[in-house]
Amino acid sequence: MATKTLSKPAKSAGKHGNLKFWGWRRENGRVGVRNHVLILPLDDLSNAACEAVANNIKGTLAIPHAYGRLQFGADLDLHFRTLIGTGANPNVAAVIVIGIEDGWTGRVVDGIKKTGKPVVGFGIEGHGDIAIIAKACYEAKKLVQWASELQRVECGIAELWVSTKCGESDTTTGLSSCPTVGNMYDKLIPEGITGCFGETSEITGGEHIAKARAASKEIGEKWYKVWKAYLDDVIEANKVDDLSDSQPTKGNIAGGLSTIEEKALGNLEKIGRTCRYIDVLEPAEAPAKGPGLYYMDTSSAAAECVTLMAAGGYVVHTFPTGQGNVIGNPILPVIKISGNPKTIRTMGEHIDVDVSGILRRDQTLESAGDALIEMIIRTANGRLTAAEALGHREFSLTKLYRSA
Amino acid sequence: MAKAIPQFLVHSPKDNVGVVVIEDLKAGTEMMGVITETDSTTRIAAKSNIPIGHKVALVDLKKGDTIIKYGEDIGKMVKDAKKGEHVHVHNLKTKRW
Repeated sequence: MATKTLSKPAKSAGKHGNLKFWGWRRENGRVGVRNHVLILPLDDLSNAACEAVANNIKGTLAIPHAYGRLQFGADLDLHFRTLIGTGANPNVAAVIVIGIEDGWTGRVVDGIKKTGKPVVGFGIEGHGDIAIIAKACYEAKKLVQWASELQRVECGIAELWVSTKCGESDTTTGLSSCPTVGNMYDKLIPEGITGCFGETSEITGGEHIAKARAASKEIGEKWYKVWKAYLDDVIEANKVDDLSDSQPTKGNIAGGLSTIEEKALGNLEKIGRTCRYIDVLEPAEAPAKGPGLYYMDTSSAAAECVTLMAAGGYVVHTFPTGQGNVIGNPILPVIKISGNPKTIRTMGEHIDVDVSGILRRDQTLESAGDALIEMIIRTANGRLTAAEALGHREFSLTKLYRSA
Repeated sequence: MAKAIPQFLVHSPKDNVGVVVIEDLKAGTEMMGVITETDSTTRIAAKSNIPIGHKVALVDLKKGDTIIKYGEDIGKMVKDAKKGEHVHVHNLKTKRW
């Protein structure tokens, strides 16, 4: 019960409680900020058909990926959870699923159907690509025309689900862009938004802090078990050296980060000073305890992590970067925040929110947090992020182990 | 009036390293730094050319010393570094592995 109490939005500070945005209210009540008609392959073999449909029917979006065959156990569960979660995300208006056969295709269709949105599935076997592409094109055309007439409605800030993950971090992320996200969460979580952070491996070195930021002792223990399992089952089981080559990464080291502890402490600046997480989610699991901040067990690889958070139902993503990670996602707008003046000078086209003023001391964290909130609202209202305008649509499925 | 632009920032008064936040910092530069937690200033001279984002020793550091940043342990020195010198992977390592 302690969780329930803590998850309840605290008394509104007033300044941010009246914020509104314009989004699409879906059949299940959730609100999206994009209106995609997805052509979703069940498996690698169906990418070609999906891309053909998206090529023929303008305004639809195919999201090809590498997996979906001969997976089993927890790895297969995660595959289904990610595909179903992607289709179910409120940034998606309607979905066409194409798979090599009907059985697993139907499983994804049925999973997405629970949201009430239109979804149609096609299996290629017994028909061939050309016949299926033709059938799927007729459906896709109907759906995209239907979706194009759906209207945005005004919604309160509490209906927004905002995730975070940083990438190509350096010491400037810990000083500026990560605490900017933290400041945003400290302001908006009390207003009832649903937040999410993750990156299990990159908490290493700051695990004592992460554990202590849980809303209750039990949730902290649940988090610690997830973190420890990753360390024991993945790192200790598979490492061939001391991990110095991948944590910190080459980019992190170029940016001045020397140890995994230093990286973790900067990373954790994203959860601010006051908010506490109210549950620990499996990869791609949708939050179920109401508004508040959640932890999701994810890889720290940018595209894999953001793909999982999108599948969890988040509709706007905040992404602090130091050295300049260029990631985007097909359905989840990714807002880039950087405080590194060199990155802003050399690759500024990738950055949506410049917080380098924090390093010059001519911008406070308080005003940087407000600037990010303003960009979140503008993005929700339809402004294309740098990643969207530049065509970044990284859709990377997380694989737990080898396929059969 | 705009505040002077610092050459380095320090997270916590407990820290024994700071982060250079300007490009092309040259050895010999008399630097002004800000401790962000307390908004207080401090001054040291840079003894190395230190790239933006890289750390500077705020005190003389000996091999084996624990490095504190964000008020937390981030690893240990594997070589000495004098106050004002560059602290990075050549002289600082995690204690974890």
